[in-house]
Amino acid sequence: MSLAPVALLGRMTLAFLALVGSVTAFAAQAIAQGCRPPYYRQQIVRQMLEIGYYSLPVVGLTAIFTGMVLALQSYTGFARFSAESAIPQVVVVSLTRELGPVLAGLMVAGRVGAAMAAEIGTMRVTEQIDALTTLSTDPFRYLVMPRLLAAMVTLPILVLVADLIGVLGGYLVAVYKLEFNDLTYLKNTLDYLEVEDVLSGVVKAAVFGFLIALMGCYQGYHSRGGAQGVGAATTAAVVSASVLILTFNYFLTEAFFAR
Amino acid sequence: MDSPKISLKGVRKAFGPKKVLDGIDIDLAAGQSLVVIGGSGSGKSVLLKCILGLLRPDGGSIRIDGEETARLSGNERARVMKKFGMLFQGGALFDSLRVWQNVAFGPIQADGMAPDAAKEVALAKLAAVGLPAEVGELYPSELSGGMQKRVALARAIAREPEIIFFDEPTTGLDPIMADVINDLIVKCVRGLGATAISITHDMGSARKIGDRITMIYDGKLIWQGATADVDSSGNAYVDQFIHGKAEGPIKMQVRRL
Repeated sequence: MSLAPVALLGRMTLAFLALVGSVTAFAAQAIAQGCRPPYYRQQIVRQMLEIGYYSLPVVGLTAIFTGMVLALQSYTGFARFSAESAIPQVVVVSLTRELGPVLAGLMVAGRVGAAMAAEIGTMRVTEQIDALTTLSTDPFRYLVMPRLLAAMVTLPILVLVADLIGVLGGYLVAVYKLEFNDLTYLKNTLDYLEVEDVLSGVVKAAVFGFLIALMGCYQGYHSRGGAQGVGAATTAAVVSASVLILTFNYFLTEAFFAR
Repeated sequence: MDSPKISLKGVRKAFGPKKVLDGIDIDLAAGQSLVVIGGSGSGKSVLLKCILGLLRPDGGSIRIDGEETARLSGNERARVMKKFGMLFQGGALFDSLRVWQNVAFGPIQADGMAPDAAKEVALAKLAAVGLPAEVGELYPSELSGGMQKRVALARAIAREPEIIFFDEPTTGLDPIMADVINDLIVKCVRGLGATAISITHDMGSARKIGDRITMIYDGKLIWQGATADVDSSGNAYVDQFIHGKAEGPIKMQVRRL
C-alpha cells in the first residue's frame, strides 16, 4: 500500500503548524515592539481614518440591506405560524450578535486587509521596509502596531453603526412594506435587546479587527518576488482573515452564549 | 593602528544549501571608501544587509567601532543604525510621502527633530544633491530615475552618518547621470568624512568612488587592493570581470538554445 497520501497529510499538517507558529510569533513581536515608545500617533490616526471612516459606506450598505432582507425573510417564515411579532427581536438580535460583526468584518477584510497586504507587500519588495530599518525606525512599531491598534478600535465603532443601520433597514421594511406599527416595532426592538447582545458583537468586532490587520500585515510583510508576490499576499490576506473571522466567531459565540 | 571603523571576521551566510557568504574578512578604516565588485548573485547585497542587520549572519563577527553588532536587535540596533546611511539600488523612497518628507524621515522619526526644522534640513540636503526646493513638494513617482537616486542620496546623508552604503548607485542610469551621481557620492562622502562601502557592477563608478576595491566570488573575497592596482591585480577572475569578458575562469550558468 502506498504511503503517499499519509506523507502528504503529514506535510500539510506540518506546513499548517509552521504557519500558525509564524503568525503567532509575528503577532507577539508586533505587540512586544509596539508597546514600547516611540508611538507613531499620526500613523494610528491615518489608519483609523482608512479603516473606520472610509469603510463606512460599504459597511453601511451591507448593513441596511441585511436588515431589510432579514425582516422580509423572517416575515415570510414567521407568518406561517402567526409569529410576526417576533420579527423586531429576530432582526436586532441577529444583527447585534452575529450579522453585524461578521459581515462588517468580512467587508473590512476585503477592503482594508487587501489594502494593507498590498501596501506593506509593495514596501517589502521595493526595499522600503529595509529603508525604515536603516533610518532607525522599527517596521513593527511604524507599520504593524498602528494598523493593529486602529483596526481593534475602529471595527467595534463600525459595528455599532452597522447595527443601527441594519435595525433601520429592518424597520423600514417592517413599517413601510409589511405595515407594522412603527412605535410597536421600535418598542419590541428595544425591549428584547440586552446589553450582552451588543457587548458580544463589540468584543467580536475588536477580535476580528485584530485578525484582519494581523493577516494583512503578516502576508504583506512576508511577500516575495515582485508584483506576483504582492498579488498572492493580497489574496492570502483576505482569504485567511475571512476564514479566521468565521472560525473565531464560532468560538466567541460559544464563549458568550453556550450554557 | 586605530581600530577599524568596520571589521568583519569570518562572516558566513547561507540560504538552504547555497553558501552566499563563506568566511568574509574586511577591515575598513574610518574615512575610507571600499567598493565591492562581483557578478550578479555573488552575495554583494547580502554582505551589506548582514552589516546593516537586515539579515542575520550564520556565523562570524561584525564590529562597528569595535562593538559587536551581528546579534543586535530592537533599540540597540536602532542606536547603531544612527551611524549609518544607505542608498538602495531602487531608491526605496516612501511613495506615500513627499520628497522632503522622505529626506526628513530620519531626522523626524528617529531623532525627534521638529518637522519645520527637519524640512529646512531636507531642503538643504536636496540642494546639496542639486535639486531645487520645488522638488521637495513632489511625490517620488513624479520624479525621473536620476532624480529619485539623488533624493535617495539626500535621504542617506540627511542625518550626517558616519558610515554610508551604496547599493548599485548607478544601475539603470544613463552614463552622464551615472557620472553625476558618482561625483555627488564622492562629494558627500568626503564632505562628511564618512566611511563608505559601495557595491557595483559598474567599473567606471568603482574607479571613481573607491579608495580600495575588493572582489567577491563564490562567497569569498578573492582579491583586495588599492583602486589604482585593480588593472594589475594578477588575478584572472578580477581581470575577466573588469574587462567584461565572456571567456575566463568565471563561467555563467547559461543553457544552449
